[in-house]
Amino acid sequence: MPELFVSGVALGALAVAAFLAALTRGPALALVYPVSALAAITLGVVDLRVLLAGADVAARLPIGLPGIGLHLRLDSLSAFFGIVINGGVLAASVYGMGFDRAKELTPRVEPLFPLFAAAMNLVLIADDAYAFLFSWELMSLASWALVVARHTDPESRRAAHLYLIMAAIGTAALLFAFGGLAGPAGGYAFDTVRAHPPQPTVAALVLVAALVGCGSKGGLIPLHAWLPLAHPAAPSHVSALMSGVMTKVAIYGFVRIAFDLLGPPIWWWALPPIILGAMTAVLGLLYAVLDRDLKRVLAYSTIENVGVIFVALGLALAFSANGQPEGAAVAMAAALLHVLNHSWFKSLLFLGAGAVLHATGRRDLDGLGGLIHRMPRTAAFFLVGALAISALPPLNGFVSEWLLFQAVIAAPALPQAALHFASPAIGAMLALAAALAAACFVRVYGTAFLGRPRSAEAAGAHDVPLAQQLAMGGLALLCILGGLMGSVLAMALAPVLDKLVGAALPGPGSGPTPFSLIAFDPARSIYDAPVIALFVAIASLTTLVVVHRLSERRTRRGPAWDCGFPDPSPATQYTASSFAQPLRRVYGAAAFAAQETVVMPPPGDMRPARFSVVVVDHLWRVFYAAPGRAVIGLSERLNVLQFLTIRRYLVLMFVTLVILLSIAAVTT
Amino acid sequence: MTRDLVVQFLAQGAQMTLVLLIAPLAVGVVRRVKARLMRRQGPPLLQAYLDLAKLLRKESVIAEGASWLFRSAPYLIFALTWVAAALVPSFASGLMFNWAADVVALVALLGAARALLALAGMDVGTSFGGIGSSREMMIATLAEPAMMLIVLTLAIAAGTTRLAGVADFFIAEPFAVRVSMALSLIALVIVALAENARIPVDNPATHLELTMVHEAMVLEYSGRHLAVIEAAAALKLVLYFSLIVCLFVPFGIAGPDAGIPAFGLGVLAYLAKLLGLAVLLPIGETSVAKMRVFRYPLFVGSAFAAAALAVFLLFVSKGF
Repeated sequence: MPELFVSGVALGALAVAAFLAALTRGPALALVYPVSALAAITLGVVDLRVLLAGADVAARLPIGLPGIGLHLRLDSLSAFFGIVINGGVLAASVYGMGFDRAKELTPRVEPLFPLFAAAMNLVLIADDAYAFLFSWELMSLASWALVVARHTDPESRRAAHLYLIMAAIGTAALLFAFGGLAGPAGGYAFDTVRAHPPQPTVAALVLVAALVGCGSKGGLIPLHAWLPLAHPAAPSHVSALMSGVMTKVAIYGFVRIAFDLLGPPIWWWALPPIILGAMTAVLGLLYAVLDRDLKRVLAYSTIENVGVIFVALGLALAFSANGQPEGAAVAMAAALLHVLNHSWFKSLLFLGAGAVLHATGRRDLDGLGGLIHRMPRTAAFFLVGALAISALPPLNGFVSEWLLFQAVIAAPALPQAALHFASPAIGAMLALAAALAAACFVRVYGTAFLGRPRSAEAAGAHDVPLAQQLAMGGLALLCILGGLMGSVLAMALAPVLDKLVGAALPGPGSGPTPFSLIAFDPARSIYDAPVIALFVAIASLTTLVVVHRLSERRTRRGPAWDCGFPDPSPATQYTASSFAQPLRRVYGAAAFAAQETVVMPPPGDMRPARFSVVVVDHLWRVFYAAPGRAVIGLSERLNVLQFLTIRRYLVLMFVTLVILLSIAAVTT
Repeated sequence: MTRDLVVQFLAQGAQMTLVLLIAPLAVGVVRRVKARLMRRQGPPLLQAYLDLAKLLRKESVIAEGASWLFRSAPYLIFALTWVAAALVPSFASGLMFNWAADVVALVALLGAARALLALAGMDVGTSFGGIGSSREMMIATLAEPAMMLIVLTLAIAAGTTRLAGVADFFIAEPFAVRVSMALSLIALVIVALAENARIPVDNPATHLELTMVHEAMVLEYSGRHLAVIEAAAALKLVLYFSLIVCLFVPFGIAGPDAGIPAFGLGVLAYLAKLLGLAVLLPIGETSVAKMRVFRYPLFVGSAFAAAALAVFLLFVSKGF
């Protein structure tokens, strides 16, 4: 109870900061960031205490719906997601402290920032459907307002429009889900729902609705189209919050419904999240690897990571339904650790993209280059994030990826044919996604930070203020520590895993060292990151020393060799587009009907040759453009109804009344 | 306990030194056999060592636009490959590293080395570096799903992802799952060819050709940096040899609590098997032609098909 009181004070501080900032103009707006940082620290500490103590705290306030009131509860699951969210808010706030007070603050962004942070925290502690949906909508609207902050840009407006529609569809689906959970009795408090889980058919409908509601917020394909438009349109530290953190609130919603409220799972519930998740993982990265906008690439990669998390959640459902809690614990640990890890490296990458945008004014990859020389610190931090998101050891992304692969490898032991035949397909798709992620981030880093500058802005870039470096550096440090201490984090998750799936990972005592991450049992699979990292460090340092001893140590700087014909023009470098060309040739033809055409003028003709690529986004065509056209067509037809005479309106009303009455007569 | 640990540590150290020392020799054997198959005299067997010594003696010329990443990447790539190579049980299955990481981590360590090399290739900002990096990453996206399916087959058969455990299982039950294993072997050989830049995917002996992949990435390296990169490439070749040997012909590997004679026997068996592969590789390489870049998906995709078939046959034979 005192914990919730402290949280309440911190949330209140955020609300007051938002309110006061809405009334102010000018440099005073900068104060929202220290307040948000302090509130995030307070909320995070409370969450950490609750997670480690393992006991729920709950409260009921006499506001909200009459007869229900406002239920609040902070259990280990909410506490874990609270740590994820407040870590992201803290990093974004510290980054915000580095803004130039004279130029970079606007009343369209700063007042909404603490509101957005508070709304996300509220979703986590809501313990009844009304509170949940209210804070969910508050979160959606706050982030929508942040997306439309640069309202003069038509692209921002388009992104915000699409976001609003998708958010409305998502909330409607969640409304339906909670209606199903509450049942005809209308028990909207989560405690009541838990005590009376719905019938299997209703539960299946609720699961689908939850998948639509939470999937649309998280960017699950085919509900993803708004995300790569909206996340990059917001200011970069808000993009970091939306991509790194808000998608996690969506995951939280799904976990809360599917693992907590819906009662014991049935095996086939696992199929929709697994199939959609695996498709999302691969397609998200195929989009990412072909895109040329730095922030949009990051947003597409968020989609991929959400897909990976949904695959892990689906596997956890499958293991749970078959009474294999150890497997469920591995899959769930993979999902939750990936939630944590992704919030760190995606926030880091978006803040890095913000730094690049701030320093150069550009986010098109083909206009950047060579930033490692001009922004050395940002470049170093971004490198950590890029390697971590590519799931490369010994960084944190690999820890969750490793656990997920262990869960996939164990999946053939499940009794249902659909699941064990699916496991190689999922494994292959996840491996493809991991390899594509590496390709994608080598491409991003190689074109933006390495090579030679491709524009005057990139050539004249400078590193960002100290506070922003601090925010990125802190996250980079977390990515490294999270990679080495993955087993410690997995142990801290034990209460959440116990609550959700009834088992936890084997403790550190059963492995060879205290830092061994163990899936199932030590004889089966172990990954010991500190030992591997130590040996890599020793091996590289020894090599360095030995090679320097043995070699001549002479080093000369000279022009690039480039097979003897170095060209001074930076245009001769590989660009992001050319890097993606082999991947587009291999995968694009199937996924996007990509076609390359080269128009060569006849010999002797002095016109330049033309190269063009056509890429078709089938998902947009089928799931967005076609329904959009249908809605517009229908509304144009119905437009006639606007211009009738009063006589006809009266007739229409009469007919409607008769129909309604006859329906009522038939049904009663 | 401490004595045990010391012995383990020494055995592990011996393995790390062993793979490092024989890596250039393996490359030398491959080159020599290949030359003889082409009716050439070929370089001496120890030429790879001499090359490394020569490169170490030369000064290193670094391009003007190169950053710290370019200079530090070779050491990290070498260390990652070396540690990965030390993870594969070569002559004994009970070594220290065998509990530290499994085959999933092994693949990921190689992935980290590959990503660093691709980044280093793009650092100077030349067209050749970019072409190499982009193709390398494309090949990786083709090879990794196949590799994952191979891992899955082995893990289902042996019930573990630890390489030592898999090797122990196949020593105990040599003919457990024959057809699946044969298909997995085919897949692994194709993946190994792609990952090691061998014909038909890449030609390690070519330069100044638009089809090069690995050599294009390391084009800007010289002197000691190039020496380290070349050594890492040799180590990777030995790593894949060891992996094939350990998984598919594990006979002769010393068990978890073997004595010195068993270790000795293990080393001899390992060297013999390595020699066998070092002779087979050039025979294969000289009998096929290098492929065009956009034929790779078909070639590496066949590894994927073979691995997928292996998994499904395993399901059938296990009666799922």
